[in-house]
Amino acid sequence: MAIRAEHEIHQRRLGRNVGLGLVLIGFVALVYFLTIAKVTSPKPNTLPASEQTQ
Amino acid sequence: MSDASINNTTQTGQYEAGFGDYYALLKPRVMSLVVFTALVGLLVAPVSVHPVVALASILFIALGGGASGALNMWWDADIDRKMKRTQSRPIPSGKVTEGEALGLGVALSGIAVVMLALAANMMAGALLAFTIFFYVVIYTMWLKRWTPQNIVIGGAAGAFPPMIGWAVATGGVSIESILMFALTLAWTPPHFWALALFTKGDYANAGVPMLTVTHGRKATRAHILGYTFALAAVALALGLTSIGGPIYMVIAVVLNVMFIKGAYDVWRRTDDDSDADQHKAERGLFKLSLAYLFLHYGALLVEASLKPFGMGGW
Repeated sequence: MAIRAEHEIHQRRLGRNVGLGLVLIGFVALVYFLTIAKVTSPKPNTLPASEQTQ
Repeated sequence: MSDASINNTTQTGQYEAGFGDYYALLKPRVMSLVVFTALVGLLVAPVSVHPVVALASILFIALGGGASGALNMWWDADIDRKMKRTQSRPIPSGKVTEGEALGLGVALSGIAVVMLALAANMMAGALLAFTIFFYVVIYTMWLKRWTPQNIVIGGAAGAFPPMIGWAVATGGVSIESILMFALTLAWTPPHFWALALFTKGDYANAGVPMLTVTHGRKATRAHILGYTFALAAVALALGLTSIGGPIYMVIAVVLNVMFIKGAYDVWRRTDDDSDADQHKAERGLFKLSLAYLFLHYGALLVEASLKPFGMGGW
């Protein structure tokens, strides 16, 4: 029987690598949006600048 | 030798794990309970959280839960090989090595704790770190194989997520979050002991001191009833706090009456009665316990969702 160049184990490795790649991309995206959310949210218990007294 | 004979193994004969095998190490079914209860804890809190922060926090809590699952599988690989229920897990089935599970568990624990502390606050991160420590060291390594009250200790670890969710929003601990913790804590023993009553022999084979093995099935039935009364008290007390309300209270009263009735039926049966009808009452109580927890947390969520409309709560 001829040896196939593409064995099931290659598909398994590809699946593992693609899975890990997607997890890492997702993590980077999450940290990015988390940063945006943190820097744009007003700090709790602080009034808008127009309402702050000297 | 044909190429088919090497199948999923490398030339050294070692199986190469796929992505799903590593994912299975994180105990996805347990993780779903963690996500649900943590989300409820976060949403019922009186402080609103930015949706992205909430999403990230729930993901990191789930990741921490999954990491402790991987560490549990690493430590318990020897007994997992002996029990029918756990023989198909990644390590006993030879898909993932023990070292890989340890590495994955430690790495994900660190990432989850640090990221939760950064995304939410230090209290939430500290609670997650303590939960992982409690589940892995106190429960898995120490008490699981030592005391028949192991389920109670394990239940405590599983009860922390709503408290962490609450801490994400408020940055602290309060009577509401403590009672949510107590609800899952008191729910776990009747839930697992009901399961142990109709999967007899499995834990004994693995040498785990399950109450059914050490104190007998009659004592286990009594323990189920005792914890069920404690559970009912906690569930009703939770309904009297700021996160409870009439909808929760009605659901809690109905479910606790049903649960006490189920536990009473299990308590008054003998093993002969149980064997005669293939453990009908025990299976019934186990199924009810699944709905019980889901509906209690669901009711808390309903109360919280109605509050913006002037309804919900007391």
